[in-house]
Amino acid sequence: MQHEYVGAFQIILGVILRFWPVWLALAIVLGVSIFYKKRLGLYGQLFDSGVGIAGVVICLFWLFTAIFSATIAPFDPLGQIVIMKDALPGAIEPESGQIYLFGGDKLSRDVFSRMVFGSRIVLIIAPAATAFAIMVGTTLGLPAGYYGGRIDTVLSFLANLVLAFPVILLFYLLVTPGIMDTPIPYGLAGLFFLFPIIFFATLFYTRFKNRPDRLYPLLAFTFIFGGWIYMGLVFDADPLGIVSINPNQLNIFVAVVFASSPGVFRIVRGLVMDIKTRDYVAAAQTRGESPWYIMLWEILPNARGPLIVDACLRIGYTTILLGTLGYFGLGLAPESPDWGTAIKDASRLLRSFIHPALPPTIALMSFVLGLNLLADALREQSMKD
Amino acid sequence: MLMFVLRRLGTMALTMLCLTLVVFFMVNLEPNLKKLAISQLDMRSPPEQIESWLEKNGYRDNFFLRYGRWLGVVQKQPYTDPATGETVPRFSYCDEPAQPYYGGILQGDFGCSTKFKRTVSYKLWPALAATGTLMFWVMITMVPISLLIGILAGMREGTRTDRTLSVASIATTATPEYVSGVIFTVIFASWLGWLNGSAASATSSGISFSNFTLPVMTMAIYGIGYIARMTRASMVEVMTQQYIRTARLKGLSFGQVVVKHALRNALIAPFTVIMLQFPWLLTGVVIVETMFRYQGFGFTLVEAAGNNDIDLLLGCSLVSVFVVLFTQLISDVGYAYLNPRIRVQ
Repeated sequence: MQHEYVGAFQIILGVILRFWPVWLALAIVLGVSIFYKKRLGLYGQLFDSGVGIAGVVICLFWLFTAIFSATIAPFDPLGQIVIMKDALPGAIEPESGQIYLFGGDKLSRDVFSRMVFGSRIVLIIAPAATAFAIMVGTTLGLPAGYYGGRIDTVLSFLANLVLAFPVILLFYLLVTPGIMDTPIPYGLAGLFFLFPIIFFATLFYTRFKNRPDRLYPLLAFTFIFGGWIYMGLVFDADPLGIVSINPNQLNIFVAVVFASSPGVFRIVRGLVMDIKTRDYVAAAQTRGESPWYIMLWEILPNARGPLIVDACLRIGYTTILLGTLGYFGLGLAPESPDWGTAIKDASRLLRSFIHPALPPTIALMSFVLGLNLLADALREQSMKD
Repeated sequence: MLMFVLRRLGTMALTMLCLTLVVFFMVNLEPNLKKLAISQLDMRSPPEQIESWLEKNGYRDNFFLRYGRWLGVVQKQPYTDPATGETVPRFSYCDEPAQPYYGGILQGDFGCSTKFKRTVSYKLWPALAATGTLMFWVMITMVPISLLIGILAGMREGTRTDRTLSVASIATTATPEYVSGVIFTVIFASWLGWLNGSAASATSSGISFSNFTLPVMTMAIYGIGYIARMTRASMVEVMTQQYIRTARLKGLSFGQVVVKHALRNALIAPFTVIMLQFPWLLTGVVIVETMFRYQGFGFTLVEAAGNNDIDLLLGCSLVSVFVVLFTQLISDVGYAYLNPRIRVQ
């Protein structure tokens, strides 16, 4: 089967044109950000350095790609158009007249559309899993650093236990298909997803315990909203049917949270041990504040700088972990368009075709690079203060 | 110091015990045992046959009893064929004494690999040696390059060289092995045709430049950025110290100050970082060996995990956990040794 092709220039032009919603959104966001730079605090300061701008632009680019992926992608990421098997970049699909901008893969799917839709999977799972890991790590790291002693010994031992596992072995044990028949992933999910609820409940309780008018609405909101998400995610029993996650994704999610929360734990613990010696903590202790109030309202806000930087780096690291899972074919469905799976499929066939391999690799690399640049710029800025 | 090391070794033993227990629990989950039995028998075996196979090979015994056997604190019982009354080994490819005996990790017996139909030791040690070769070359390339980049960048903070090198090292930390491996293969194997895109021949016919460069390069590149960043940070800190200014003011040239005064103190922190890179490299080894089909430790681990080869997987996890913990210990001890200001209590 012979295809008609468009030239390299037209491919580039086509790609740029397909991304039009992203450019539009980028222009609006960047314009507004630069205009109100002075009032935007740390985020505004990012625009002072080239590295910061590059980081923000790359991260926003992928964010908007994920949001608008249905508009950007010309084809269905799972749709197979048989005659386009292994088509080279720029091949024209005869029926619709659309172009396979980056060619077709061995199952004759559009590589470009898969890359675009892959961003959606990565940008949902990676930040969400990181957020949960931060919740778990913070909730456990605060008491470990603040109280020290036996709590610290036990928690640190557990954290080191997980960290001593090579990540890949952990994934092979936690994300096998068979494990879905056992209660382990659901048990772990039930445990991990409890932490945000505990965290916010304690947060509000310690602050407003003498002001019931503020406390009860906040607690009620935490429990109802948290409980709703919790029901949906862990038991897949959301009464409204909005929140649901398929068992495979839950499994991946749990594994990633499990692998990265000990790292957060260590950082939080170290920060708390440092900040605990400051005068304002001593002042709060003298005032008779409860330990959890001091941890959550005195120490944690003052540890936010390093934590924000770490969060950026960690989202990037989680993206790499997700890619690793995809690369070993663990957890995600085999036809899933995420970047790791795409790299795995393409790297097996590098000898014959290289074009399906490059878009997902470059996508993954650029996204992680963007996050790392962002983290670097944030670190520079927070050092200046 | 001796007490510190002893206590650390104690924690290490406890950690290894806990971790192997966890791994033992995970590989013995019901679905995993079923998978193992099916892979050993045949796809269409009836459930009774699977059950009797599991029964016969002792997979149905008490969990802690079996863990004890693997560890070598509980005796292993020989298997007697009920039909003939003779004592035969459970797996034909692994010898087994006819009397009850202690044969576990503590006795140095790693058990029997169901996937490779060999004893685990037969498979594991050569694989480790192969990975050792890979690691050696990775370290040989990674460490000097990253230290050089870090020192050059941190020597004069804020200059153009510093910025360029810093961005470059951030870029390499954003490139995991499976990404750089694909990109390098495309460039050097498919496009230029200089190097071999697979290291499979390294196992059979020995390593050569063409089949070994790509794996080494792929693994080194991910670590370079991180170590270089740490070296840079340490170098920048040292360069702002008073004694550097003193050395400058007494008339030494910039090069001499860097080489004679700054380097020695700036290289303490990277030492720790390099040691702590080992767990990271272990994951890298798995990816790179799978990608380039190099029959080393990582390849063995993937095979063991994919086929739920219980003894082999336990052996692999024991080795990797040992490597991680031992390098941590070395890094702590080495740090205290290199930096006299740190006194270990």
